[in-house]
Amino acid sequence: MDFKGMKNYLYWLYCQFELITCSYLMEPWEKLLFYTFNITMLVTILYTAYIFIPAHISMALQFFWHFFGNQHENTVSVVK
Amino acid sequence: QKNGISNGTLYKKTFIEHFEQAPMYVAVLTFLGFGVGTVFGYLRDFMRAWGLEKRNVATEREQQKDFVPLYQDFENFYTRNLYMRIRDNWNRPICSVPGPQFDLMERVTDDYNWTFRFTGRTIKNVINMGSYNYLGFAETDVNALKTVTRELQKYGTGICSTRQEMGTLDKHVELEQLVAKFLGVEDSMVFGMGFATNSMNIPALVGKGCLILSDELNHTSLVLGARLSGATIRIFKHNNMQSLEKLLREAIIYGQPRSRRAWRKIIILVEGIYSMEGSIVRLPEIVSLKKKYKAYLYLDEAHSIGAVGATGRGVVEYFGMSPDDVDVLMGTFTKSFGAAGGYIAGKKDLVDFLRTHSHSAVYATSMCPPVAEQIIRAMKCLMGLDGTTQGLQRVRQLGKNTRYFRRRLHEMGFIIYGNDDSPVVPLLLYMPGKIGAFARRMLEKNIGVVVVGFPATPITESRARFCVSAAHTREMLDTVLNALDELGDFLHLKYSRYSKSSHPELYEETRLELED
Repeated sequence: MDFKGMKNYLYWLYCQFELITCSYLMEPWEKLLFYTFNITMLVTILYTAYIFIPAHISMALQFFWHFFGNQHENTVSVVK
Repeated sequence: QKNGISNGTLYKKTFIEHFEQAPMYVAVLTFLGFGVGTVFGYLRDFMRAWGLEKRNVATEREQQKDFVPLYQDFENFYTRNLYMRIRDNWNRPICSVPGPQFDLMERVTDDYNWTFRFTGRTIKNVINMGSYNYLGFAETDVNALKTVTRELQKYGTGICSTRQEMGTLDKHVELEQLVAKFLGVEDSMVFGMGFATNSMNIPALVGKGCLILSDELNHTSLVLGARLSGATIRIFKHNNMQSLEKLLREAIIYGQPRSRRAWRKIIILVEGIYSMEGSIVRLPEIVSLKKKYKAYLYLDEAHSIGAVGATGRGVVEYFGMSPDDVDVLMGTFTKSFGAAGGYIAGKKDLVDFLRTHSHSAVYATSMCPPVAEQIIRAMKCLMGLDGTTQGLQRVRQLGKNTRYFRRRLHEMGFIIYGNDDSPVVPLLLYMPGKIGAFARRMLEKNIGVVVVGFPATPITESRARFCVSAAHTREMLDTVLNALDELGDFLHLKYSRYSKSSHPELYEETRLELED
């Protein structure tokens, strides 16, 4: 595993993020605020996706299989 | 890039200009960057207004709070919140002659660019890619400056008068005749300041009832002169001949706005090389348009005199045209001659008129004698009158440096604007975060560059502007190019989609193998 190359690449990606969002120019407390906000939003979105997407996908699949025959109706489980 | 040459019979050589557009995601990310900056700007303004943060900016006094607010417009907001963060890249004090290398005074800031202090150290031998030193005449070589020191000891430095009172010296007469001979016109007049040449002489030439057709990207001095004159100003798209022709036809068909009378004079204001784009004016087409529609042409050769043309005589020589085609030839001595001041040249009637009617001649102090002598020696060197071929060598060296620098930058994959022959090279940076990072990192590598952002350029197209000089050696250019290569990879600046291969030596190798 090329850890050194991987670390350099990740550092480079972090620098790109800093440059594009102007956080390279911010004072430390502004950076803290900005990153806290970003990480909070990211975690919220990922958590929401984790909760809702599998349920939505299984409901959508169930809806389409209903058109092609009723083989799988018995295996539908109730999601609480 | 087009197939063949448009208006092919007018141009004697190919006219290649590049204005490549970056991919769409770059514009999106630039706006994202500005958006984040604006949000934080509002946050900081809120904190300043509510006393949570110390106020370093100019604010109104308590008694004036009920008056019309002074600092609320976008320009002040931008200066306070975005410009202040990267302010350390501008107004850097230098402490040597601005030759190909120079010395910088080191400055540090303790409170994020609100105040600076000097550490006392100087950074030595920084490669200079920002000074307008096209022919390398900004030098301190004692042999070169012999005549200048002699004139300094003979005349002193002060003139203490205007041209019309007691400020016309024999040096000015000699200089004016030399400039006229250099350009191939009948007569010329020199002024103490290049900016003032434009802004004080355009009002003398045009007035109310005249029409000024000015290019979109003209310099502030031309815009100020046009506004001061009181004439009607119409703007055509940058270097776009169809736009200019449409405006000319409309002007002649419809005349003045309300009275429908014919315009007293129609004058076209263009520049030789535009300093923010690096583009060269389409002079043959403009001259043919002006002859067809009977308009006058004012050509501002601030950056092109000495820098383009086979012997350094500017865009008129570059296109192989005669100087009689241009009515008013204007230029400055600041860029290629290592001095200060400007000139206006043309027919004798024009120059005699300006001697009596120009504001600059009546009220402004004339050029001081050592500076005039520096221009005389530089011009004699260029024309070959000092007995050497040094002038011609400098012009050739500048051409070689320009072509090499531009070719290598294109190969590396940067987006460069402008004509292939112009020594002004703008390299596009686009994002506001990269402006500060680029300038600071180049200074760490001992290279001084000039970066430009909004409001001098459009908001999405901030750039770094390089000025190639004849005094740069191949090694200096290679140092700069290697640094740019490294920095371009680190900052991800190589947006061009048309770059040629950046490693042609690999193709050389395979060719050798096939020969075996």
